[in-house]
Amino acid sequence: MKFINFINNLDKRWIYLVLALCIIIPFIFPVGFPMKTTPPVKSIYDFIEDSIPEGGVVLIGADYDPSTMAELHPMAKVIAAHALSNNLRVLFVTLYPQGAGMAQDAIDNVLREWNKSNPDNPKKLGKDITLLAYVPGVSAVVLKMGEDITQTFNEDGYGNKLSELEIMKGIKNYNDINLMVELAGSSVVLTWLIYANGRYGLKMGIGTTAVSAAEYYSYLQSKQAIGMLGGLKGAAEYEHLLDKKNVYGGRKDASIGMDAQSSAHIFFIILIVLGNIAYFVKKKKEGK
Amino acid sequence: MKNKTFFFILILLSFVLSFSQNETFKDENVLKIDPAFLKEFIIKDVGNDDGTKLEISCQKILEGNTLLFKLYRKEENDTILKLIKTFNSFPVKIVDEGLSYQKKYEYYISATDSSGEESEKCLIGGSVSPKPNIFKTDKTILLLMIIIYTAIIVFLVESVRKGKDLFVRKISGLDTLDEAVGRATEMGRPVLYVPGSSTMSDIATIASLNILGPVAKKIAEYETKLIVPNRDPIVMTVAKEVVKESYSEAGRPDVYNDNDIFFLTDSQFGYAAAVSGIMTREKPATNLLLGMFWAESLIMAEAGNTTGAIQIAGTDAVTQLPFFITSCDYTIIGEELYAASAYLSREPLLLGTLKAQDYFKGFIIILITLYFFILIISWLTGGHLVFLDKILEMLRFIFKS
Amino acid sequence: MFVRRTLPLLVSAIFGIALILQFFVPHPASKSFYNMMLDWLIIVSAFTYLIAVQSTVELHVTKIKRRVEGWQYSIIVLVSLFVTAILGIFGGAFMPTTLWMKIFPSVKPSDTTPLMYTYLYMQMPMQSTIFSLLAFYMASAAFRSFRARSFDATLLLITAGIVTLGRVPLGEFIYKGLPDVVEWILKYPNMAAQRGILIGVQLGIIATSIKIILGIERKYLGGGK
Repeated sequence: MKFINFINNLDKRWIYLVLALCIIIPFIFPVGFPMKTTPPVKSIYDFIEDSIPEGGVVLIGADYDPSTMAELHPMAKVIAAHALSNNLRVLFVTLYPQGAGMAQDAIDNVLREWNKSNPDNPKKLGKDITLLAYVPGVSAVVLKMGEDITQTFNEDGYGNKLSELEIMKGIKNYNDINLMVELAGSSVVLTWLIYANGRYGLKMGIGTTAVSAAEYYSYLQSKQAIGMLGGLKGAAEYEHLLDKKNVYGGRKDASIGMDAQSSAHIFFIILIVLGNIAYFVKKKKEGK
Repeated sequence: MKNKTFFFILILLSFVLSFSQNETFKDENVLKIDPAFLKEFIIKDVGNDDGTKLEISCQKILEGNTLLFKLYRKEENDTILKLIKTFNSFPVKIVDEGLSYQKKYEYYISATDSSGEESEKCLIGGSVSPKPNIFKTDKTILLLMIIIYTAIIVFLVESVRKGKDLFVRKISGLDTLDEAVGRATEMGRPVLYVPGSSTMSDIATIASLNILGPVAKKIAEYETKLIVPNRDPIVMTVAKEVVKESYSEAGRPDVYNDNDIFFLTDSQFGYAAAVSGIMTREKPATNLLLGMFWAESLIMAEAGNTTGAIQIAGTDAVTQLPFFITSCDYTIIGEELYAASAYLSREPLLLGTLKAQDYFKGFIIILITLYFFILIISWLTGGHLVFLDKILEMLRFIFKS
Repeated sequence: MFVRRTLPLLVSAIFGIALILQFFVPHPASKSFYNMMLDWLIIVSAFTYLIAVQSTVELHVTKIKRRVEGWQYSIIVLVSLFVTAILGIFGGAFMPTTLWMKIFPSVKPSDTTPLMYTYLYMQMPMQSTIFSLLAFYMASAAFRSFRARSFDATLLLITAGIVTLGRVPLGEFIYKGLPDVVEWILKYPNMAAQRGILIGVQLGIIATSIKIILGIERKYLGGGK
C-alpha cells in the first residue's frame, strides 16, 4: 500500500529525472538493436534508387527549425546524400526563414562528408546541390513554383543568380522535378500536398516528426505521397538502407539515437502500467 | 510483325536506292523515311490547357526496331530546328510543352541507324498551333459539387431567414466559454487566448478568430484582462481589429489595450516556450487554445495544466487532439471548431450553413456506403455483373474528381 | 463604415470568386491573372515582418518604460533582435557575398558568417531544448491521465502500448512481427477514424470559405456581428 501511495503522490520531477537517465545512458553504452525497414520508408528509397534517371532533380523542403532538427535534420542529410550517390541534382527549398539555416547546415555537412568519402566523384555547390533563397508567402511560393521556379526565387540562398547556375539547367517548374520530399513538423506538409501535388501533380514524399506521422497515412494510401519517414525511426531506417550501399561515410545521427528512444519508450510503458496499477488499487480501496 | 517487316523493307529499299543514286555525294543522307510511315504520326492540341502544349503520337506497333528516331520542332517562320525527344519504341506519345498559342509550329522526324548515320529530317503534317481552352472539362464534377454545396448553403440560409427553426446539438466546450471567462473575472486574473500556431491561410485560424470576437466582447463586459500572443504578424493584425471592435461593441473601448495583443516569434517551439512562459508568469485563470496546433500543443497545454488554469482547447489537427484531451478540461474537436461561430452567436444565417455541412456529410456517407455495398455484391458475384462495375467506375470517378 | 466593412467584404467576395473561377479556366489570360495574384501575395507577405518587428519593439519598449516585472528580459529581446538583424544585413546570411564586403573590398570571406554562427551555437541548442521538453511532458501526461477507465480507454491503452513498442527497434527485438502490426494499426483503424474526422473538417473548411466569400461570416473583421 505504501508503494501505491508513493505512485499516486509521485512528484513529476522524479519522472523527468528517470526519463533523462533513460535517454542519456544508452548514448554512453549503446546496444544497437537490429532494425526492420518499413514500406513507407523503403518506397522513397526505392524511388530515388530506381526511378529517377541520372541528372534528375530531387527537391527537399526544409520547412523545420532547430527545435525539430533532432528528428528531421538526419532525414535531410541522408536523402540528400542518397540523391548525390545516384548523381542526381539536389535542390533545397524553405518556406520559413529558420529553415534556411537548417538547409544550409545540411548542405555543408553532406558536401563535406561526401567529398571526404568520394574524392574521385566530388560534388559542387551550385552544380550538384544548392538552396533556393527564402521568399515569404508560404502557399503563394508553392503555387508560384508550379509556374516558374527561377522567377519565384531569382537567386539561390547564397546570392547567385539562378539563371546562371548549372544546377538549374532544364528546370522550369514542377514538371522538371522528379521527386519532392517535404520535411516538416507542421501542416506545411499539407500545403505542399494540396497545392504542389494536388494542383501540379508533383511527386511527393513526406518526412515528419513521430508525433505527426499518423496524420499522413491517408495521403499514402491515396497515393498523394509515395512514402514517408516518420520521426527518428524513419530516418534511422533510411540511414540503414543507404549504409548497405556503402557510398557515404557521414555520421548516422538517427541510428545513434535509436537506443535512447527504445529505452524511453519502455519507460513510458512502465509509467502507464504503474499509473494503472495505482489507479485500480485506489479504485478497489474506495469501492470497499 | 507484318508492320515491322514492311517498315524495314521500306527503309532498306530507300537506303539501297539513295546509295546507288548519290554514291558520288558523300555528304548526302543515305537513310530515308517512307512518306507512308510519316502519315502515321498525328499532331493534336492537348485539351484543358492554356494553349502551351501539343501532342505528337504514332499508334503503329514496331517490334524489334533498332533505329533511333529524333523529333524536332521549328517555328513556322524560323530556320532553327530544336530537338524535342529521342525515342525508339512504338507506339509513341510525346507532349511538347512550353509553346505559345500565338505561334505556328512544324514538327520534323529523322531516323538514325546503329552507325550513327541520320536520315534527312522529314516534316510531319503541316504547321500547327496549340489552342488555349476556356474550361477544364476534367474538373466538371468538382465544379458541380461546389455549386451544389453553395446552393444548399444559400437555400438553407434563406429558409432560416424565413423563420425555420434548426436544431443544433450541445457542444460542452463552447458552453463552458462563458463560465471560464467568469472564473477569470472572479479570480482577478487574465484570460489567455492562443489563436493557434498557423497563418491566416489556415481556415482553422479564421475559425479561431471568429470565436475570439464573442469571447473578447464577454471579457470587455467583465473588464477582465485579455492576452493574445501571436505567431503570425497578419493574424496579430486581424486579432487586434477583432478585439478592438468587440470592446467597442461592448461599450468599453477604454479598457482595450493594444499591447495585450502582440507578436512573439515565428519559430514554432520558440512560440510554445514563450506562451508557456506567459502562463507561468501571468498565471491566467483561463487558457483558450483554439486554432491550428502541431507538435508544440502538449508543451502549451501541460504548462497551463501545471498553473491550474481552466483550459479549453480546440483544433482540427487530428494528431494533436489526444494531447489536448489529456491536458485540458474541455476539447473542441475537429469540425466543432468551425461550428463555434454559429453556435456562439446563434445567428440564423450562420446556423443555416451548419445544417448545409450536415446534409453534405450525409450525401458523402450515402455515396461511400453505396460504393461499399456494390463492391461487396460485385465481389460475391465474382465481378460478372457488368452494370455494377459501371456504377463502381462512375463512383470512383466522382471520388477521384 | 464603407472602408471598414463593405470594402473588405467586397474585396474578399470578388477575389474569392475570381480565384475559384480561375481554377477552372486554363486560358492564358486567367493564368496571367493568377500569376499576378501570387506575386501580390508574396510582396504583401514580405511586408508583414515589418508589422511583427513594430509590435515586438513597441511591446518591449513599453515594458521597459513602465518597469514591468522582468523588464530586464525585454532589453535582452531588443538587443538580440537588433544584433541579429545587423549581423544578417552586413555580415550576410550564409556566404561571404555580403554588403560589408561590397563596401570594403579588402574584407576577406570566412567559412562561417556571424549570423550562421549565432544560428548554430545559440538558436539551435535553445530551440532543441524546447522540443526535447515534449518527451518529459509526454511522460508525465501519460503517467497522469492514461488510465483504463472504460472499455474504450482500455482499447486505446493497449493500442498505444503496441504502437509505442513497435516504433522502436527494441519492440522488433521482443517480437519480430511487431512493426508489421503497427503498420496495420496505422494504416487501417487509425486511418478510418481520421478520415471520419477529416471529412467533417474539410466540409467545415469549405463552408467557412463559402461563408466568407458570400459575406455571411464577418466576425473576422471584428465585432460580434
